[in-house]
Amino acid sequence: MTSTTPDTGAPYDPHAQVHLGVFQVGVGSLIWDDPAAAPHVAIETFVHVVKLLERGLFDAFFLGEGLRVRENRGRVYELDVAGRPDAITQLAALAGVTEKIGLVATQNTTYNFPADLARRLASLDLLSGGRAGWNIVTTDNAWTGANFRHGGWLEHERRYERAGQFVAAAKELWSSWEPDAVADSGDAKSWARPGAIRPVERHTDLVDFRATATVPGSRQGRPVLFQAGDSDGGRELAAAHADVVFSANTEFGKAVAYAADLRARLARYGRSPDSLRILPGASVVLGDTVREAEEKARWIYHQQVSPARAIAYFEQYWGTDLSAYDPHGPLPDIPPSEEELDPSRGTLPIERRKGKLALIAQWREKAERENLSILDLARAVTTRHDPFVGTPSQVADRWAEYVRTRAVDGFNILPDQIPASLEDIVDRLVPELQERGLYRTAYEGDTLREHLALPPLAPEGVRP
Amino acid sequence: MSGSRLFLAVDLDGDGAHPAAWRHSGRPPGSVLTPQALRASVSAAETAGFTLATFADTPVPPGDGPTPAGRIEAGTRAAFVSTTTDRIGLAPTLHVTTTEPFHLATQLASLDHASNGRAGWVVGAAGDEASLATIGATAPDAAALRREVLDVVDAARLLWDSWEDDAVIKESRTGRYLDADRVHHVDFEGATFTVKGPLITPRPPQGQVVVLAPAALDVDDRADIVLVDGPDAEDREALAFAEVEIVLGTTTAQAEERAARLDADAAWPRSRRLRHVGTPDGLVELLRSLAVTFDGVRLHPAVLATEFELLISDVLPVLADEGLFRPPAPGATLRDSLGLPRPANRFAAAS
Repeated sequence: MTSTTPDTGAPYDPHAQVHLGVFQVGVGSLIWDDPAAAPHVAIETFVHVVKLLERGLFDAFFLGEGLRVRENRGRVYELDVAGRPDAITQLAALAGVTEKIGLVATQNTTYNFPADLARRLASLDLLSGGRAGWNIVTTDNAWTGANFRHGGWLEHERRYERAGQFVAAAKELWSSWEPDAVADSGDAKSWARPGAIRPVERHTDLVDFRATATVPGSRQGRPVLFQAGDSDGGRELAAAHADVVFSANTEFGKAVAYAADLRARLARYGRSPDSLRILPGASVVLGDTVREAEEKARWIYHQQVSPARAIAYFEQYWGTDLSAYDPHGPLPDIPPSEEELDPSRGTLPIERRKGKLALIAQWREKAERENLSILDLARAVTTRHDPFVGTPSQVADRWAEYVRTRAVDGFNILPDQIPASLEDIVDRLVPELQERGLYRTAYEGDTLREHLALPPLAPEGVRP
Repeated sequence: MSGSRLFLAVDLDGDGAHPAAWRHSGRPPGSVLTPQALRASVSAAETAGFTLATFADTPVPPGDGPTPAGRIEAGTRAAFVSTTTDRIGLAPTLHVTTTEPFHLATQLASLDHASNGRAGWVVGAAGDEASLATIGATAPDAAALRREVLDVVDAARLLWDSWEDDAVIKESRTGRYLDADRVHHVDFEGATFTVKGPLITPRPPQGQVVVLAPAALDVDDRADIVLVDGPDAEDREALAFAEVEIVLGTTTAQAEERAARLDADAAWPRSRRLRHVGTPDGLVELLRSLAVTFDGVRLHPAVLATEFELLISDVLPVLADEGLFRPPAPGATLRDSLGLPRPANRFAAAS
């Protein structure tokens, strides 16, 4: 093993543990056309899921966020699950019925006020007994900004600059109470020791406020910081500030390269390789046999890229109504509109915002060459997070290699079916992991920071 | 709108409404920032039969100098207790001036979903320099502040209607999860902001979250409940709730002595609000008289450990015996409890 151990920037660790989270995006290609699918907005569904995960000893439950409902050609997109709660509000509600599991809110630095968001996150952290996390995301498109006071104000190039300043300000607010700031008894001279709570201010063109925190540090000091961006700016933000990265680099080779790159960046910020946990997104499809698992994975994928979704997918690119075309027939013979893609895809990566005509030309060629229908082509070109498909034992073995080589520290599960995907993992995969010594058999700590086995906060977190 | 019945609301912020409450809470001052304290007070209010708990808040610390500087954000507090209660209404104060109207509407809609229809919103309009500085803005003048209150309430109400109740159709035949004709852009244009919509959250279970507005904001026509300072209910479109501050003692003299003792620790400035300094029986009498003209009251116990406890043990049982109030039924929405209809969706009505 040692001779072939890939360089991940951290030594091989035979005792490495798998850390698991669930990323509940809450919208998108979740399977809804199934009698077993739970209602997607009902609080009862969330309570069921989070209690299930707590039974499965998960580190964290994440909620996604998107600040505008997706559209297709100016109308709300009809085919996917849509509609979800405010993440902090929902996680506070779930904190009330759980005791251990970490609760991570995706929140945007572009369309929030730093002091307001820092206060709400700190409130969740305090009420949950130190179980809160913040998945830091940025948005640059004015389309999302149309819901906000300062819509579309931030240039693409400066969104991570704003995010960096925003996070630094939040950290300062979270550490602005000295640990023993509050009086021990009602007889004290004042409720808080004079000078023990410091006002924080920032006055730059990107972050401008003056505020005094009303919430002290929690049992874990401050919310655990997650970062998901994969661009250079995103990786730098992660190396500077994050405790956990939620990456898209799931395939083993990519995971190794990503880990090595990130740990090199960490070193430049004077941080140890263990001060950042790497948890890529992962779909998991389990079966009693490989064949059963593969069939299920195919069924799921075909549900997700249905005939109707295939048409809608190409409508985004053609910029026109294609509903008259047969998804089982050839590609539309009409030319696409000249204008580039509508950013209403919301999460459309920047490289897809230009050059669509060339892309369509490539697709035409491929479809012709391989004799693909609209539906076949959609299934061939839409990417899916490399899923882990197999028996529980096979997946556990693969994960052992992932964590022991330190390519990753665990996974953020992206469930296709709620709650079925998660029930499978808790009831079938977790025992296999435990058997291999890869997974806890009981929670050892109480806070999210403890679950993730992160080192104690640097002095910035707990001021003397 | 009144009768001989009274809806009972109570504000559960901190250790009580009096700035010196923390010295008389019988627990370490920091306890107020714990989940246990929050859960205990809300659960006691629900068991006692209150219709509604409110959570005061400001963007800046609640006090300065010797008084408490700590306070958990109100929306988060309300959400935290939403899953461990099943009948009491939960209404945080959220300020229109220091947040994004879109986030505010989303948070309240989400609270309504999490509580299965028990969310309220006490409209806050912080307009001072220190509050506005938390978002890097300057204090608005009175006219601009009023405009902002109207705009944010209007935007929130539009956003709550942006999804029709039957927007999710789950139609296997066509593969459609929802019907785009039932999810609407709101295209709201206010004086200082615009909102495109729709909300990211489906319509709240109550249709519209219950809006409580202080009378001083003068937005009766946009509120479900108006919070009135002083003894005159006046003729209002919305339900009128009297704001009542409370200091209790076994005798009136004892209550006055207690008030003086609290005030010696920290002054409790008087406003136009009613303040009852007296016995529980005297309070029952006051509430009985208020029931003639008001629809409800919001009580502000000076110290939760004392006045709130006495409300539960000595006041509510008497009111219940007299039929002056009725506890909400388990599973009821806040609108159900208040006898308010579930509003029609303005977009559905239009199409």
